[in-house]
Amino acid sequence: MPYIDQQPEILRPVSTLFIVTSIVSALLLNALPWEGLWLVLRPDFVAVVLLYWCTHKPLRVGVGLSWAIGILADVGDASLFGQHALSYTVLAFGGVVLSRRLRMFDLREQTTQVFVILLSTYAVYAVVHWQVNGQIVWEYFLGCLTSTLLWIPISFMFQSMRQMRVDRE
Amino acid sequence: MDSTQTFQVFNRGPSPAARLVFFAVLSVLLMFVDARFHYLESTRSFLSVLVSPVQRLATLPYILSQAAGDFFVTQSSLLEEKKALERQHGLDAVQLVQHQSLLQENLQLRNLIALQQRNQFTGQFAEIVYAERDVFSRKVLINKGSAANLQAGQVVMDDKGIVGQITRVFPWLSEVTLITEKDHAVPVQVLRNGLRSVAFGAGDISQLSLRYMPVSSDIQNGDILVTSGIDGLYPPGIPVAKVEKIERDAAYPFARISCLPLGGVDKYRQLLVLSAMPKQPDRPESEPVPAKLKSRKAGIH
Repeated sequence: MPYIDQQPEILRPVSTLFIVTSIVSALLLNALPWEGLWLVLRPDFVAVVLLYWCTHKPLRVGVGLSWAIGILADVGDASLFGQHALSYTVLAFGGVVLSRRLRMFDLREQTTQVFVILLSTYAVYAVVHWQVNGQIVWEYFLGCLTSTLLWIPISFMFQSMRQMRVDRE
Repeated sequence: MDSTQTFQVFNRGPSPAARLVFFAVLSVLLMFVDARFHYLESTRSFLSVLVSPVQRLATLPYILSQAAGDFFVTQSSLLEEKKALERQHGLDAVQLVQHQSLLQENLQLRNLIALQQRNQFTGQFAEIVYAERDVFSRKVLINKGSAANLQAGQVVMDDKGIVGQITRVFPWLSEVTLITEKDHAVPVQVLRNGLRSVAFGAGDISQLSLRYMPVSSDIQNGDILVTSGIDGLYPPGIPVAKVEKIERDAAYPFARISCLPLGGVDKYRQLLVLSAMPKQPDRPESEPVPAKLKSRKAGIH
């Protein structure tokens, strides 16, 4: 499906393989044996990658796919069935709705918007955890900050990867 | 400015908000079902087929490094481990041999005791099942009852001396009143000079007392008391107790004598129940016979 982004640079259409690979790698990074403080500080790679695709390709990656990825994340994390799915649904909704606005901002301005979306995502997850287990783990929200910081390298990397393909041709 | 805007309008399907609501409700439903009913385990295990390769790939470096570490275990540490294991094995073997010899010895002793006892009195072995929980009653229950032909009144002893007397018989259990039960009486004789008396339980943990002995009576510390056999209930000559303390106060007609039982009244589990003695002729009614005290009567009233 040919789709040209309204960006200063002309980017190549994104192949499905690229999207799938990026999401699978994000799942892989999330599944690494993180422990203790590293687990708390670990950015949610899947959330950031999904948000990137939701904002940049809202027609390819949307609420439904994010939900499905969330279900897979639930299976991988052995968390409650639908917990990740719900939070990723909220994330994808934020990404899709704000996609046009986000794409008009530069990277620094995007970061503040992304922070709010990720915060709501984390909050949804934490609220579900609170409802089920009766406690809120506040350290969990540190991951929200690192995820926001991860937004910059991720979008920079993906953007340049899409750029490179144009150059090669 | 989006050139595909009009194109998208026809292709979009439900709005993002509608999708959000749909998937959020679906997630909440799933969570509810998962948390409450655990119906989704099969779905989870099916989906884990998709996820597990990713997970395995993620943990692969860690596992590989572990495996490499295991492979390069140094020879010295292996040798050390082997030495430690050998040492442990030696110690264990010694203990095992000791244990076996103890087992053998125990078996032999049991046989010996049984044989020896049987030559003097016929009896049968029984084990204490449980002790009564009342602090003030000194009673135990043994694992043989009327099914093993036990009767109330039979004497219970261990290898050192009298322990008590069967006072109640159930089909598979018997209640044994220990000689230290308060006011339980055993007719005794001082081994040294044949002096007759009656030993009463003091109701204490492990004490007996001799009552109604004149201050002048010939009894000393360390005297061994054996059953006199006068009542026709206890076979004669079985050790009962040892005199521990004598208080002779001129103000009282009787000396206060306390003794310690010789049998393991509250020690062992295995006991010997002696078979009932042949019945003796009944005592004449009105004749006062001070020496022939009926053991139980004196105790209860």
